[in-house]
Amino acid sequence: MATVETRKISKFYTHEQAAVDGIDLFIPEGEFIVFLGPSGCGKTTLLRMIAGLEHPTAGDVLIDDRVVTALAPRDRNIAMVFQSYALYPHMSVFDNIAFPLRARQFAKAEIPGKVRWAAEMFGIARFLERKPRELSGGERQRVALARALVREPQVFLLDEPLSNLDAKLRTSARDELQQFQRRIGTTTIYVTHDQVEAMGLGDRVVVLSQGKVRQVGKPLEVYDEPADTFVAGFLGSPPMNLIDRGSAILGFRPEHFLPIEARETGNDAVRFTFRVTRVEYLGADRLVYGMLEGGAGEAKVLSRLPSTVPLPVQLGERHEFVIGRRDLKFFDRQTGLRTAPIPL
Amino acid sequence: MTALASHAAAPTGARSRLRRLADSERFLAWALLAPAVVFIVALVGFPFVLALLYSVTNVTVGTQSASFVGLAKFRQAMESPAFWGAVRNTFLFTLVSQALVIVLAGTLARLLMMEFRGKWFVRLLILLPWVAPISLGSIGWLWIFDSIYSVINWTLRHIGIFGPETWPIWLGQPTLAMASIITVHVWRMLPLAAIIMLAGFSGIPKDIHDAAAIDGAGFWRRELQIILPLVLPIVLVAVLFGIVFTATDMIVIFIITRGGPFDSTQVLASLAYYTGIDGGDLAEGAAISLFLFPLLVAIAYLMLRLARRTEVT
Ligand SMILES: Nc1ncnc2c1ncn2[C@@H]1O[C@H](COP(=O)(O)OP(=O)(O)OP(=O)(O)O)[C@@H](O)[C@H]1O
Ligand SMILES: [Mg+2]
Repeated sequence: MATVETRKISKFYTHEQAAVDGIDLFIPEGEFIVFLGPSGCGKTTLLRMIAGLEHPTAGDVLIDDRVVTALAPRDRNIAMVFQSYALYPHMSVFDNIAFPLRARQFAKAEIPGKVRWAAEMFGIARFLERKPRELSGGERQRVALARALVREPQVFLLDEPLSNLDAKLRTSARDELQQFQRRIGTTTIYVTHDQVEAMGLGDRVVVLSQGKVRQVGKPLEVYDEPADTFVAGFLGSPPMNLIDRGSAILGFRPEHFLPIEARETGNDAVRFTFRVTRVEYLGADRLVYGMLEGGAGEAKVLSRLPSTVPLPVQLGERHEFVIGRRDLKFFDRQTGLRTAPIPL
Repeated sequence: MTALASHAAAPTGARSRLRRLADSERFLAWALLAPAVVFIVALVGFPFVLALLYSVTNVTVGTQSASFVGLAKFRQAMESPAFWGAVRNTFLFTLVSQALVIVLAGTLARLLMMEFRGKWFVRLLILLPWVAPISLGSIGWLWIFDSIYSVINWTLRHIGIFGPETWPIWLGQPTLAMASIITVHVWRMLPLAAIIMLAGFSGIPKDIHDAAAIDGAGFWRRELQIILPLVLPIVLVAVLFGIVFTATDMIVIFIITRGGPFDSTQVLASLAYYTGIDGGDLAEGAAISLFLFPLLVAIAYLMLRLARRTEVT
């Protein structure tokens, strides 16, 4: 177990464009942290620099308060799971899992026991004699995890390890992964572009965009209190409604935007006139599309209503909708950063 | 609408017939394969059958008629000491040069995988021996090994390794002559082998290298336990090709040593040529040239099976 830290770490593949742009992070011992961001934002690059597979253009990586920037991956005592799993195709599952042990000169007698322990941890003990090509995607992913676990590294690095699994398997694998991490308590960095994964797995989430950290916080924090319009617009499906209100940008989540009947109104609620243009049924929810009227002009927004709440309005009609005052977020028009509430 | 449909349903004229032919896979397969088939039958199949026929007769260059003599020509060949010398030389020449080619091509391919400035130029240089006509290259080597003007000797003498009267006669001493032949042949085979291996190395996904680095594999473990097994199928194909090509080739020998000195660089292919064409005994030449055929077929079969077995993913 160990802490991981990056100090002003940057990576320029080309001279103009930074893939990672001066990131400072501190990851305490035993934490499950998730790097979340859209494709191409630099998640993998950041992870590979922590692993030592990529050399930073500037800045340092520290593991357990020790600067490891110049060390080779093998000297950092980390393990990594790749999106492609990167199993050695010519070796049996047993040899795949045993490989890191043999590479680290573990005693010969010790190896079979350790391999069996890691394989049992992920329920793949009966596949030990098979080759990777004879396994399903889910089984391969477990072999990759077992290979990473077997030598009990200080830090786990996982780069979208679930993205090659089908939706159902992904849910159960996510669950298992979290339980497993809780059990062994190893510091874990998990890269994904899937916000559901990030929300469900992370102790904390690092939201990245264009090589920069936009926000770090507990999943609920980044969801409820986005630090800027990027985070607000990236998290949630559908994401936060962002509308232009003169000097500021006003943001609110679709699920907080409800018909007036559905909510106790007091003086903590703000009223809006909403013209419904379309309703989409999603099973448990309905998405109500429409235009916000009055005030500083019209704006397209949407509301997310649980199907248990009746929708008291027909298509094309206007209706009063309300938002709790606390659920309204304000952002600066220029910088996109959160600002203090302004009177509406 | 109707006009369009009927037009499409009943195409007329030569153009549409051609288009129909171009859509027929059976026709296309034959049309595309035909040139290759003609080529192989005319340039490989026909001479091979001719050699089979000649080897069991007593035909010579001058005669018009020939009679069947069974395996007498094979026996005659096997009774001559020159033949067994050639067998030995063929094996030596093939095995040593292939071993060198594989090691050097492997190293070269690894170097070419690295990023460095002027890489394109090095690649060009390496491919040069393959692109340049072999006879031209061999004549260059002839000069390099020349008994009087040899640049190797000139250099070595100026460094001070040899005195004025003691330099080696590269093509005049049996062991040196064989070494010279092997050098030229390795030089010649290297580019293709290196390119084939480069393809093999490039085929290994980056993640596999990264995983090995993270798992803590050192240089030798990575080379021998990860990279070698993964490129083995393709290396085997390169080796197979190299062995067959080397064992049946005589251009380098023909230009540089003509089999000498004292038949010390005479291989089966060159012996067959000198016996059959220069010596006029077509039948014995054919018998000699056929001698290796079963062995090469066996090697080819073995290698292809091995390549299939080690196939990955
Ligand atoms: N080897 C490389 N050479 C040049 N540019 C690169 C290289 N690797 C990544 N990049 C660039 O750096 C940026 C960040 O890439 P990175 O792979 O870190 O993104 P990512 O967040 O992991 O995206 P994804 O979710 O698609 O995997 C991208 O713009 C990419 O084009
Ligand atoms: Mg990535």
